[in-house]
Amino acid sequence: MMQLLRDARLVCAKDLRIEIRARIVIAQVLPFGALVLILFAFTLDADSSVLPTIAPGLFWITVLLSSILAVGRSMAIETDNGARDGLRLSAMDGGSIFLGKVGAVVAELLVLEVLLLSGTFALYDIAARGWLALIATSLAATIGIAATGAVYGALAAGAKVRETLVPLLVLPVCAPVLLGATKAFESALHGRSGEAWPWIQLLGVFAALYLTAGFVAYEALLEEA
Amino acid sequence: MIVSVRSAVCVLGRFPALAGADLDIAVGEIVLLSGPNGAGKTTLLRMLAGLVPIRSGTASVLGSNLVADRRSHRRRLSFIGHDTFCYDDLTVAENLRFAARAAHASRDAASNAAEQFGLGPLAGIAHAKLSAGQRRRLALAVAFAREPELLLLDEPHAGLDAEGRDLLDNLLRSAPRLGQTVLVASHELDRTRTIATREVRVVQGLLEGGLVGSGSTAARSDSEAAAIS
Repeated sequence: MMQLLRDARLVCAKDLRIEIRARIVIAQVLPFGALVLILFAFTLDADSSVLPTIAPGLFWITVLLSSILAVGRSMAIETDNGARDGLRLSAMDGGSIFLGKVGAVVAELLVLEVLLLSGTFALYDIAARGWLALIATSLAATIGIAATGAVYGALAAGAKVRETLVPLLVLPVCAPVLLGATKAFESALHGRSGEAWPWIQLLGVFAALYLTAGFVAYEALLEEA
Repeated sequence: MIVSVRSAVCVLGRFPALAGADLDIAVGEIVLLSGPNGAGKTTLLRMLAGLVPIRSGTASVLGSNLVADRRSHRRRLSFIGHDTFCYDDLTVAENLRFAARAAHASRDAASNAAEQFGLGPLAGIAHAKLSAGQRRRLALAVAFAREPELLLLDEPHAGLDAEGRDLLDNLLRSAPRLGQTVLVASHELDRTRTIATREVRVVQGLLEGGLVGSGSTAARSDSEAAAIS
């Protein structure tokens, strides 16, 4: 068990170090997310009272779209120079590789969410409330999105059309995350944090489900890619 | 036998890249795989590394039955193919450290390998910024950093300068002394024959001289091998 966690930490640290060097999330994914938020604001009219009401949904749609880029990047770094074969030849268990890759994407997405959420509060004129529920929602939803992305990213890794296949696979599957996270954020931001927790539980179950499935199946997915 | 293959068939797409290969390799041997392009040398190496499944026949590598389990022996071998298996945005030192730790090698394995291949001055340079020859050196260093019992090398001299080639040859010569076994596919026959203890020729997916005593070509005698090592 300790070896498994050590290997997961090794993969996670490797992916994060690569991300810090390449700055894809900060230089490309974050501007993309910010642009989507601004376009939503333009489209729906910044003066409208509708904007604060639907802000949680818009925020999570933005996060979900941005996560596709982050997941794609996480898979792409294993494509160059035959790095995936390098991982297959390592002594690491597929489950630990999966946990490491999910951990790195979660860390990247959480940074992205903090920045995007600040933008959402400013652009959409929302008062921040229910911090505990907001944090719990973000954690559970982000783990769910990252785990789903890692599973389907590995599934599509061998396909020539993987860049377009991953969104087609991930977006429909993440519909419960989008719904749950939006509802939980709505409740928290409207001062009804108590109503957020059943949704957070749903997000937790989703995350646990995909973490378990990915942990078990990743070895086979890596071999077949 | 550290490698024992019988009637192995590997299919790439619809094409049988190996069409009933037989091969035995004993511990400490340095076996040269020769043969024309497309004969099946790379597929044989990838099959032994567990990266390509066997369609029929049997194969045992480092005690693992590859038909049933293509994974568990991998930590005990190193495979060098046409790719470096390295990450462009990581430095030479970081790539080596990652490979060594991922293979659960000893603490000093990465730094020892860097030293062996003269990569010390390049330790802080990203893989993406290395020349082709430097990348090849790094790939070889990664293979040795894993502290393998079996080295599967596909054209290891390609891209190396004269110094790098001599360095590699010396390391391969000393491999049996360290308990390592080497299977090397190469078109540089004159150079590799001076190192190899046996030559196996691959022709159209079949191996000539794969089994000891089946007409294998002695690259050099055992006494010569002992004298060199």
